[in-house]
Amino acid sequence: MELNNSKPKRITWWQKNQIKISPWIFLAPGLIFFFIYVIAPIFVSIGISFYQWDGLSPSIYVGLQNYIELLDDEYFYISLWNNLKWLIFFMLAVPIGLGLAIFLNQIVFGIRLIKSLFFFPFVISQVVIGLIFTWFYQPNYGVIAPFLDLIGLEGFSILANEDTATYGIIFAGLYPQIAYCLILYLTGLNNINSEQIEAGRMDGAKGFHLFWNIVLPQLRHATFLAIVVTVIGALRSFDMVAIMTQGGPYGYSNVLAYYMFEQALSEYGYRMGYGSAIATVLFTIMMFYILFFIYRMYRNEREDNN
Amino acid sequence: MKKVIISLIMMFGIISSTSFAGTLVINTDTSDAAPKEAFEYIIKKFEEENPDVTVKWNVFDHEGYKQSIRNFLNTDPPDVANWYAGNRMLPFVRAGLFEDVSDIWKDSGWVDGNLSENMEHAKKSMTIGGKQWGIPYTYYQWGVYYRKDLFTANGISVPTTWDDFVAACATLKAAGITPITIGSKYLWTTAGVFDYLNLRTNGYEFHMDLTLGKVPYTDPKVQAVFDKWDELVKPGYFLENHAALSWQEALTPMVNGEAAMYVMGNFAVAPLKEAGLRDSNLGFFQFPEITPGIPMAEEAPTDTVHIPSKAKNKTDAKRFLIFMSRADVQEEINKILGQLPINKNSSVKKGDPFLAAGLNMLNNAYAMAQFYDRDAPAQMASEGMKGFQEYMSNPDRRQKILERLEKVRQRVYK
Repeated sequence: MELNNSKPKRITWWQKNQIKISPWIFLAPGLIFFFIYVIAPIFVSIGISFYQWDGLSPSIYVGLQNYIELLDDEYFYISLWNNLKWLIFFMLAVPIGLGLAIFLNQIVFGIRLIKSLFFFPFVISQVVIGLIFTWFYQPNYGVIAPFLDLIGLEGFSILANEDTATYGIIFAGLYPQIAYCLILYLTGLNNINSEQIEAGRMDGAKGFHLFWNIVLPQLRHATFLAIVVTVIGALRSFDMVAIMTQGGPYGYSNVLAYYMFEQALSEYGYRMGYGSAIATVLFTIMMFYILFFIYRMYRNEREDNN
Repeated sequence: MKKVIISLIMMFGIISSTSFAGTLVINTDTSDAAPKEAFEYIIKKFEEENPDVTVKWNVFDHEGYKQSIRNFLNTDPPDVANWYAGNRMLPFVRAGLFEDVSDIWKDSGWVDGNLSENMEHAKKSMTIGGKQWGIPYTYYQWGVYYRKDLFTANGISVPTTWDDFVAACATLKAAGITPITIGSKYLWTTAGVFDYLNLRTNGYEFHMDLTLGKVPYTDPKVQAVFDKWDELVKPGYFLENHAALSWQEALTPMVNGEAAMYVMGNFAVAPLKEAGLRDSNLGFFQFPEITPGIPMAEEAPTDTVHIPSKAKNKTDAKRFLIFMSRADVQEEINKILGQLPINKNSSVKKGDPFLAAGLNMLNNAYAMAQFYDRDAPAQMASEGMKGFQEYMSNPDRRQKILERLEKVRQRVYK
């Protein structure tokens, strides 16, 4: 028979391993770029932090010198402290966003329009928000100047005062961040199981009690996400600082990300090594947080699967 | 087949046209209106005089240029680039990115008369290691711009000594006028005040020693400068909230008659006039004497043109630099710029009292400083100016600030 005559079909290496290999082929473009633009620069940057280099002349190996200098640098501590302020006060975006989301989560005429208006700040570029708030804060003729006059702070400049500058910038930063949290919670509220709320009502829960024990647990994923984006937003608070104060007055509103830029890349800087050292410190702080985040995600997924 | 041949011919065409010797690539940061117009004029005139050369001119954004010059000098060098004199060009000279053009300065056969002589007062700021690295084409004076009408109304005459100056401030303050306006948001304006106080208290040589890192910031002579500064800061003679304002925003109180003086460069005149001030109520005077007998040096930042050492067409680039040094060319450029020519044989735009005063002052100047952020290396300058701003807001922190600057000095100049 013809069938018997034919040789047994040879299975090629490709056919044997196809299933194993194809995901990697599909992943390859992403992985390659992720490696070139994310992973490799991290190590290159850590490497540069051991050198003294202005970007033009040959670099000189200085060991830990940049880090030692960092420990003795006033501006570094000011920036670190400001980063902490950002982390704490930027968190206000989460509860405020939640409050607004609950307020807007009702069915009335024109609610879509109102929702989109509340979402609007997130659509505006950060640069524009920074500029507008700078004008708001302008002493004597800014929007808030009359209110400052009322409480006896005539001609007070929020951004020129070393004690208030950072808070002024955080406040401006909250404006779009609240909108972001709002949208996260609005989507979360859409997925709330109404049966559970019914059941809760039957059992006599209402008001805050209902919210705290029945609604909020169901928003767990939204809350987690809101906190994550807010923390990351706080740690990379670069654009607002750059637009509103350039770290001024005299470095008192600096944050690590901007201080790094100032040292490594601004007009008067070009201390690549020192800038990289600051970047490495910032990266370490973020790493702790990212690891915690990944760990929680991993644990949650396992819980969900079980 | 035909197509291949055609495209081959086209490729050769492209290659040969780029390698043609008569193209001169010029990169400048002249994105503002007047400087742009000036360069348009220069290039047109240069092409008219040198029909064999075609100029390719790339204009960069003024701020972005500071970043891009570091890249293009290495990777895609033009034949001519503009930059600034003094220590500002030091990193490029040190990295071997600028061409030594001492021969243009030496050889009088190149130009109308001897360049070293015609531009003698600017030679120092173009010299590093005994060689010249570019050609200066414009500069402008710094000094005190003031409201003549406010001075008259309060019976103040133009102060020539420090005591008169402080007394004038006191009178103005008592009349409810801010004596000196300043906007220090971008820091550099504070350096103008510091430079003049130091030049007048300790003289040009000490100022240069300080910016060259030879003197500690804790030196008693530096303390003396801050003693003088105290006399202005402590009674509140400077504009409040200066840290929140850019230099342009700080012009507003002066235009409104709420402030009387501004320690500034001549570029402030144009916006002040645009805002409504006239020659009748806007005036200029030289920063007053502090220590009697010290020769008066002035602040006069200079703009320059250079040949990158990796330039492809150095022959024409040199022709361009020589052209830029000529008295008639500098005269025309500076008429457009509203600034002062470096070449002594150029005359100045007539009918502008500020330029006339500036020219007179600079021609009699003992020496010329380039401005703190051009005389001192960039890293020192940035920390220094930050310190000046902090001092102006908190004069009590003087000691702490100076100690910090001393720490920076020891690092930067080592």
